[in-house]
Amino acid sequence: MSMTPNTTSMPSHHILSVLVQNRAGVLARVSSLFARRGYNIFSLAVAPTEDPDFSRITIVVDVESSPLEQIVKQLFKLIDVVKISELDPRRSVERELMMATVRVASEDRGQVVELANIFEGKILAVGTEAITVSLEGSPDKLDDFEELLRGYGIVELQRTGRVALPKLDKEARTRPHKNGKAS
Amino acid sequence: MTEQITGAQALIRALELENVDTIFGLPGGCILPAYDPLLDSHIRHILVRHEQGAGHMAEGYAHVTGRPGVALVTSGPAATNMVTPLCDAYMDSIPMICITGQVPTSAIGTDAFQECDTVGITRSVTKHNELVMSADEIPLIVRQAFHIATTGRPGPVLIDVPKDCLQNMMTWHWPTDEEVLESLPGYKPNTKGHSRMIKEAARLILDSKQPVLYVGGGVLKARAADALRELAELINTPVVTTLMARGAFPDSHPLCLGMPGMHGNATAITAMQKSDLLINLGARFDDRITGKVSTFAPDAKIIHVDIDPAEQGKVRRPDVPIVGDCRLVIEELVKTIKEMLANGEVQADISAWKSRVSGWQEQFPMYYSPNEPGEALKPQFCLEKLHELAPAGTILCSGVGQHQMFSSQFWKFEEPYTWVNSGGLGTMGFSIPAAIGAKVARPDRTVWAVDGDGCFQMTAQELVTASVERIPIKVAVLNNSYLGMVRQWQEMFYDERYSEVYLSPELPDFVKWAEAMGCVGIRVESPEEVEPAIALANSINDRSVVIEFRVDAGEKVFPMVPAGFGNDDVLLHPNQNDRREFLR
Repeated sequence: MSMTPNTTSMPSHHILSVLVQNRAGVLARVSSLFARRGYNIFSLAVAPTEDPDFSRITIVVDVESSPLEQIVKQLFKLIDVVKISELDPRRSVERELMMATVRVASEDRGQVVELANIFEGKILAVGTEAITVSLEGSPDKLDDFEELLRGYGIVELQRTGRVALPKLDKEARTRPHKNGKAS
Repeated sequence: MTEQITGAQALIRALELENVDTIFGLPGGCILPAYDPLLDSHIRHILVRHEQGAGHMAEGYAHVTGRPGVALVTSGPAATNMVTPLCDAYMDSIPMICITGQVPTSAIGTDAFQECDTVGITRSVTKHNELVMSADEIPLIVRQAFHIATTGRPGPVLIDVPKDCLQNMMTWHWPTDEEVLESLPGYKPNTKGHSRMIKEAARLILDSKQPVLYVGGGVLKARAADALRELAELINTPVVTTLMARGAFPDSHPLCLGMPGMHGNATAITAMQKSDLLINLGARFDDRITGKVSTFAPDAKIIHVDIDPAEQGKVRRPDVPIVGDCRLVIEELVKTIKEMLANGEVQADISAWKSRVSGWQEQFPMYYSPNEPGEALKPQFCLEKLHELAPAGTILCSGVGQHQMFSSQFWKFEEPYTWVNSGGLGTMGFSIPAAIGAKVARPDRTVWAVDGDGCFQMTAQELVTASVERIPIKVAVLNNSYLGMVRQWQEMFYDERYSEVYLSPELPDFVKWAEAMGCVGIRVESPEEVEPAIALANSINDRSVVIEFRVDAGEKVFPMVPAGFGNDDVLLHPNQNDRREFLR
């Protein structure tokens, strides 16, 4: 029996990839457009691109499509925003990094190390009562790993928020919003 | 050549190079360095009595000239006092440059004296704002600001300048156009409409049997009044002008239906409701126009011309969206329609529609119950007389409330840029400073400010500015001793339970107040005094004049589409209600 992915279902979240000028205050301008309308940003990652004059902001939001369209248009109006693409989650690769410190007695430590190995994670630090591991991968994979670690007792956990790029296969399709630049 | 000057000198020189002739402002600690080189500049500085006044004056200046108004104020409380005019300018797409002082860069973020996060506070009420971080940046930031404020959809831009950046030496360099454009890679406003969309629009226009041109402030911003007239006459189509577009099309033109919306006239409202094609030129389907959106113009196809892509589909999804400058798009539309007609295509017969519209006009002229002997003065009568006696080319400014609606309804606008008001934000107290700004920009024109007694008390102190700076304006205060529009809502929708709307019939004494500010003060209480008082005011040109008209507090603005209702539910003047079925 083969699993057929349900490609007609709507994605539960929207990923916006926003290319901006790398300067002070830009993130505040972008995030306030969401805050003003009461929409919570689910995750956010910002870093300079290959050109240090520009940064890419990857925003994940749970918003209905129609208000999102308006927000995207408003984002375009920001002078510092250069380009916006909405990435279809089914046609993009997403990655995220997680670090977690787990409370684990030395006799059980082997189980956590084994889990980390199965998930292809890394051991970052080992103490007598705790261990710090990291995992990079798709957000779903990180969710699974986090769930398993919970059984041991998580002391601290930090995720980066996802970054995404369009897939390179022939069906790769971004939806660049090109309907006119800001005014 | 490497010329070394201070940041303050660079700022004033940059403003001169941007052809600024007037600055409205008030100095203070952090902006002090910029005021020193101003002494040596040909730029005229108008010293205001409150920073909000400087902002609205800059708006008034921009309204009547199309050039950005400039306000210069200090940090902290001065910057927060600018928030209202900035928001007002943002809502009404008024080009404006606001320069605020800021504490020295080393003190930013330390809760220093008169420090506030100006760029943070004004981020959502400006088209763009910028915190200067070194004196060297000043010329480029000023050039960017003027470019951003005046291109695309115009709007206010704020420049926050720390005191040390004004004091430090810098190497003077005036950026070229190319440098400015290169420095703004994310800003490329689209002005030329898509030719395929324009063809589609032309097709819809020729096929429409019940078209209406729905004209907004964008037509004025684009200096497109002449193009609009050519289009309207070419397709012989009725025109409605929104509150922001009064004057964009002459009220006396046979195709003009006047203002639509919450207090629009019955014909303009109904023509939009019954139309099969709304040709929206530079308007934004504001809630004051549409009423309840789901019942707005239900059978109309929509052509929407707007320079701001974010307006397309924001309220009503257009059948033909055209992103571009109204003047360029209208001219292209005229050309396309002429070509189609020359190629033998024919416009649908709209004569039945035109006669239906004329029928509404005959049945529902703007109306108010005239004064009976012994009755209080009618505010509408005052407006009619003000207009009748106004010298040609008079500019009318208004505050916000009943008197604003009476102004728009009972004044007849014949040319663009003769109407200045606060449409989007609805800022009470707008009219006096805006009128001063308009008069500074157009000293050749008579400028009347129509104000309510509530509005007047918010910004009247700027009449001192007008007197000292010798800027003679004329103010008509329609004193009904109430916050009139709020009173109207409480009468109509809150069972006549009047809560906190009664001001006072006697206090303040407007005549004495006017005189104290160096103006001529005149009180008018009866209809026969109206004309002589206005004639006297019009004859005084060496100082400002304030006429207090004691008007009927019970007078309401009609027609009215109650908030939350559809335009089909428009409430007519009670004396016209028996003809209601004609609107079907």
